[in-house]
Amino acid sequence: MSSILVFAEQRNGEIKKIAFENITIAKKIATELGANVVAVLIGNSVSGLSGELEKYGAEKVVVYQDAKLENYSSEGYAKLMAEAINDYQAGIVIMGATAMGKDLAPRVAAKVNGAVATDVVSVEVDGEELRIVRPMYAGKVRTTVKLTSAIKILTIRPNIYLPEENSVSASVEEKTADIGDFKAIVKEIIAGAKDKLDVTEADIIISGGRGMKGPENYHLIESLAKKLGAATGASRAAVDAGWRPYDEQVGQTGKTVSPSLYIAVGISGAIQHLAGMSSSKYIVAINKDPDAPIFKVADYGIVGDLFEVVPKMTEAL
Amino acid sequence: MNIAVCVKQVPDTEARIKIGEDKKSIDESEINFILNPYDELAVEEALKLKEAHESDVTIISLGPDRITSSMRSALAMGATKAIHIKIDSTPVDPMITATALAQVLKEGNYDVILLGKQAIDDDNAQIGPILSELLDIPAINVITKLDIQGDVVIAERQIEGGVEKTEAKLPVILTTQRGLNEPRYASLKGIMAAKKIQIEEKNISLTDNKIEIVEINNPPQKPEGKIVGEGAEAVPELIRLLKEEAKVIS
Ligand SMILES: Cc1cc2nc3c(=O)[nH]c(=O)nc-3n(C[C@H](O)[C@H](O)[C@H](O)COP(=O)(O)OP(=O)(O)OC[C@H]3O[C@@H](n4cnc5c(N)ncnc54)[C@H](O)[C@@H]3O)c2cc1C
Ligand SMILES: Nc1ncnc2c1ncn2[C@@H]1O[C@H](COP(=O)(O)O)[C@@H](O)[C@H]1O
Repeated sequence: MSSILVFAEQRNGEIKKIAFENITIAKKIATELGANVVAVLIGNSVSGLSGELEKYGAEKVVVYQDAKLENYSSEGYAKLMAEAINDYQAGIVIMGATAMGKDLAPRVAAKVNGAVATDVVSVEVDGEELRIVRPMYAGKVRTTVKLTSAIKILTIRPNIYLPEENSVSASVEEKTADIGDFKAIVKEIIAGAKDKLDVTEADIIISGGRGMKGPENYHLIESLAKKLGAATGASRAAVDAGWRPYDEQVGQTGKTVSPSLYIAVGISGAIQHLAGMSSSKYIVAINKDPDAPIFKVADYGIVGDLFEVVPKMTEAL
Repeated sequence: MNIAVCVKQVPDTEARIKIGEDKKSIDESEINFILNPYDELAVEEALKLKEAHESDVTIISLGPDRITSSMRSALAMGATKAIHIKIDSTPVDPMITATALAQVLKEGNYDVILLGKQAIDDDNAQIGPILSELLDIPAINVITKLDIQGDVVIAERQIEGGVEKTEAKLPVILTTQRGLNEPRYASLKGIMAAKKIQIEEKNISLTDNKIEIVEINNPPQKPEGKIVGEGAEAVPELIRLLKEEAKVIS
């Protein structure tokens, strides 16, 4: 039986939610295609994590461990993924459209003569084929593609599929990681603010734009975000003005996000901003200009002064 | 130091994307094309290296004839050479593009190969990592900071909630992210000088395509939203809707 390989992304011994989302997707596809789901766990002393993968339905967990794999290494991880693809005769490989997955997938494809669809928002079985949908032009269109390579690799955008528990008892196979030396080595991971949630991983995002008037006012956004357990985002205007860091920028030249709830505060809704966030499930706009284009994509809008509305929201929650 | 920058021409970010009649392509008739914004960062970084190390900066681009205007933009910023890999239309499968680029890059013996992290048309973000594999050269992707001392490269790359500081030795492949630098504008002198540079043309036979476009669609239309109200008074109703109708907060 062929298998569907899921890359079980972990950092610091913590499995990323996207890995569970991806096992859930793999499980659905595997049922229809009559394949089994194999999770691949790579890192240093990570075998203890395999139980969590079982809970979502991985029938087999393959573990590669080595001190050299403590931090992500594109070369090392790609080599091991290619090995697993070969060992388990995988026709489909699923990863997250995360910093790690995006870096890894194309490299693995080059090794196994596969093809990659990146940032996939929908995947369905259609006969013997996969119907894969991915946005292009930052979400201005959606393209359905078919991968005709023997090995098809997908990176799935986080937060699109909900992880579903589906407990099985998995067999765990610990392998020796024969990786040799790397040419590029991660020397250090500089963590951002300790509990800062990245916009691409957040279920709720509150973004502030030029309407915030200055960096000193972003505490309004931060307080509301704290109440909601949300990540903070920004328009490019706010980033270019130096009010907010680059990693918060949402849009065509920033990050593309699909949270359950996106709250745009003092953001006009330029086409480049909309491109990055219009696939959010619910959009709220707070803007004093009733004609601001952001209201065209918003599910709920409040026309008004953000300096009154936002504190009121924080207070009411 | 010998530097190459791979650049792509893409529709400008303002462009409305019209789907072609075959539903498998984009109607390019009204599109204004620009140099991919991330590739501008790559050109800028190359020029900074050129200023520090006295080197040539070669622009390499694969695409139809129209792309030479964007190659000229990169030359006008200060690049010194250009190679146009001529094809009729841009491949769908990034492996094809990367394989062709790899062939040209191999001939050039570059110490530093710069690319954008992503082309804003296909949004693949694949070419950098593929090239690393094909050329067997280390890649550091999505970088926001770069420091090269001798043959040691230290770059910071963005990850979720932090930064990975990565070290490699030349030759290296780097893909750029916003935050790395502010691309310069071409000067009039630069524009004039660029006109005199001969763009070298190359023909390469392409490898097999493994990605087929089935169809292109507009994103699903959201139902018309509603204005909940004006000012702070509307807040309780907004929160009620988010809790009871959308059920996105509790
Ligand atoms: C190549 C390129 C790439 C780009 N990429 C991106 C990208 O990735 N992301 C991005 O966001 N932009 C991007 N842009 C920029 C984009 O075109 C807009 O300039 C930018 O999004 C505007 O940001 P803004 O909405 O914060 O500011 P503005 O357009 O100035 O809007 C500010 C809004 O705040 C409202 N406002 C002001 N005061 C108040 C108040 N007191 N209460 C309530 N509302 C108030 C105003 O009514 C207005 O609608 C890009 C542009 C280019 C050329
Ligand atoms: N046709 C092309 N010619 C030259 N470079 C390209 C081409 N397509 C993509 N690139 C480079 O690869 C990067 C990533 O592109 P992509 O993988 O298509 O998102 C771009 O930012 C460019 O630097």
